[in-house]
Amino acid sequence: MAYPADYKYTKEHEWLKVEGNVGTIGITDYAQNSLGDIVFVELPKVGSEIAAGKTFGSVESVKAVSDLFAPVTGTVAEVNEALNTAPEQVNKDANKTWMIKVTLKDAGEANGLLSAADYEKFVAEESGN
Amino acid sequence: MNLNEKIRKATTHISQNEGLIFEKSSPGKKGYKLPPLDVPEVDPAELLGEQAREDLGQMPEVSEIEIIRHYTRISTWNYAVDHGMYPLGSCTMKYNARVNEYVARLTGLAEAHPYQPERVTQGALRILQMLSEQLIEITGMDAITLQPAAGAHGELTGILMVRAYLESRGNPRKKILIPDSAHGTNPATAAMAGYAVENLKSNAAGMVDMASLEAQVNDDVAALMLTNPNTLGVFEQEIHKIADVLHAKGALMYMDGANMNALVGKVRPGDFGADVMHLNLHKTFSTPHGGGGPGSGPVACKKILEPFLPTPVVITKKDGTLGFDYNRPQSVGRVRMFYGNFGMHVRALAYIMANGPEGLRLTTEDAVLNANYIRKKLEGIYDLPYSTPTMHEVVFSDRLQTPKGVKTGDIAKRLIDYGFHPYTVSFPLVVHGALMIEPTESESKEELDLFIDAMKSIAEEAEQHPEIIAEAPHNTRISRLDETMAARKPVLRWKPPAAAAGK
Repeated sequence: MAYPADYKYTKEHEWLKVEGNVGTIGITDYAQNSLGDIVFVELPKVGSEIAAGKTFGSVESVKAVSDLFAPVTGTVAEVNEALNTAPEQVNKDANKTWMIKVTLKDAGEANGLLSAADYEKFVAEESGN
Repeated sequence: MNLNEKIRKATTHISQNEGLIFEKSSPGKKGYKLPPLDVPEVDPAELLGEQAREDLGQMPEVSEIEIIRHYTRISTWNYAVDHGMYPLGSCTMKYNARVNEYVARLTGLAEAHPYQPERVTQGALRILQMLSEQLIEITGMDAITLQPAAGAHGELTGILMVRAYLESRGNPRKKILIPDSAHGTNPATAAMAGYAVENLKSNAAGMVDMASLEAQVNDDVAALMLTNPNTLGVFEQEIHKIADVLHAKGALMYMDGANMNALVGKVRPGDFGADVMHLNLHKTFSTPHGGGGPGSGPVACKKILEPFLPTPVVITKKDGTLGFDYNRPQSVGRVRMFYGNFGMHVRALAYIMANGPEGLRLTTEDAVLNANYIRKKLEGIYDLPYSTPTMHEVVFSDRLQTPKGVKTGDIAKRLIDYGFHPYTVSFPLVVHGALMIEPTESESKEELDLFIDAMKSIAEEAEQHPEIIAEAPHNTRISRLDETMAARKPVLRWKPPAAAAGK
């Protein structure tokens, strides 16, 4: 399956993996495929606050610049600096290429997000396939 | 098979190889000859001290004919509307009539200087005033500034006026609503003017969803920025109701006039409730566009916003002569040096007057007719994601071609082989894999048929030989560029060979 079952998903095509009070965030395989070759990833600084549903950064592909939406509320604990020089990693393996890790304000918030099966269904509807 | 069998318009591109001007340089070569010195010689070091520069770095040293050939050759690599159809959707790449250029080159206009005293520039002022009056008539608004230098600049001016107006009433408010089909410049404008951007969803017909609008408009909303017809080419049929919803909550309606080519002479934004809007003279009013600019983005507004227009404005003085009024305490200030791009004002006025009201109306009808002719002929061959009637442009998607691995960007590259400028690729973002086509009124049926044949032929190729499209263009001076590499590792500067080798 293209979408790991232990992740949660947003309708804006981000994934979230929760471990204790740490949430790891990336974009889905569907997102990277729709965007095409990613050339730049703009991420927040460690220590900044992100809020569920609000933008926390952007990805630029050869086609467009797209906002990244936070699946949950929290404080940025770690940023994947490797993406500064190698944004293509997102295209190579979107599921394993994380963007930021956040200290969650409320670990329960993730329960409101989509499961892998629901997300897959949502994508199928959105792309009309 | 023969790659070029079905290509009727173009064969191979006639061009010569051409290096950078720096690569043509050889030391001591000159393109000028100075007369003998007839004044006392001065030592620059004595005059400038340490500021005198001995080493000019690597400057190209070439003769006059080499410079002429260099730029002439490079100019042949361009594609322009003077070469052929330029269906770049949303950009309105119409023909710039020669009468505009003739008028702009009249000595008195071409050599006018903004520092000339008003008494000798009455003619130039009259041109500004006449163009203002005619654009006000066309848009149904009350007042206008011609200063902004482009569409996005006009947007910023307009939204700053909205902010100044709301501030004058005590509360600038916090948010600007922007539909998901909007031009990318709209959210950028709102952010630059200090507003938060809130997305407004389109409905299944590609129009503003009234229920979402009503739910989202509140006392925090300063304005809605709306393009009409929108980027799908769809006219917002409930536009007056949209205006009513906004006005009931004290919010204003900003209209992005980028698509006015579908409306001129037919409907007036001022009549359907727009409070402020910009025009793109370089789109709708036939002034040069792209590399040939500069642009011009006048902002027209209703009476309530007039005090906030940029300063100065042209006025008729008590003695009947024209002049500039700088005494406007509530103005957002100057947004451009002097009076904007005057040369474009001259051209736009020439275009409006050469056409007259009937001509402008016919222009609009032809622009809409041409786009719908293409829509009808290509429907079914390319996927049409919205069945709503469209105006001056039509948006297809690459959905029927993607199963063969052919995407909108590939089709666009192949279109270059057929002798056309590509349409707009992957925009608007609400359509996945968009092909946005705007032929404008300038094209004859013959040219449209050539374009339609090319698009049909490419669709056939996508079925039978998708590899041809995946590798296109084939007939151009250079083949497909690595866009990803160009974005990830751009080379932006020429470096002398020695320095490059030493690195």
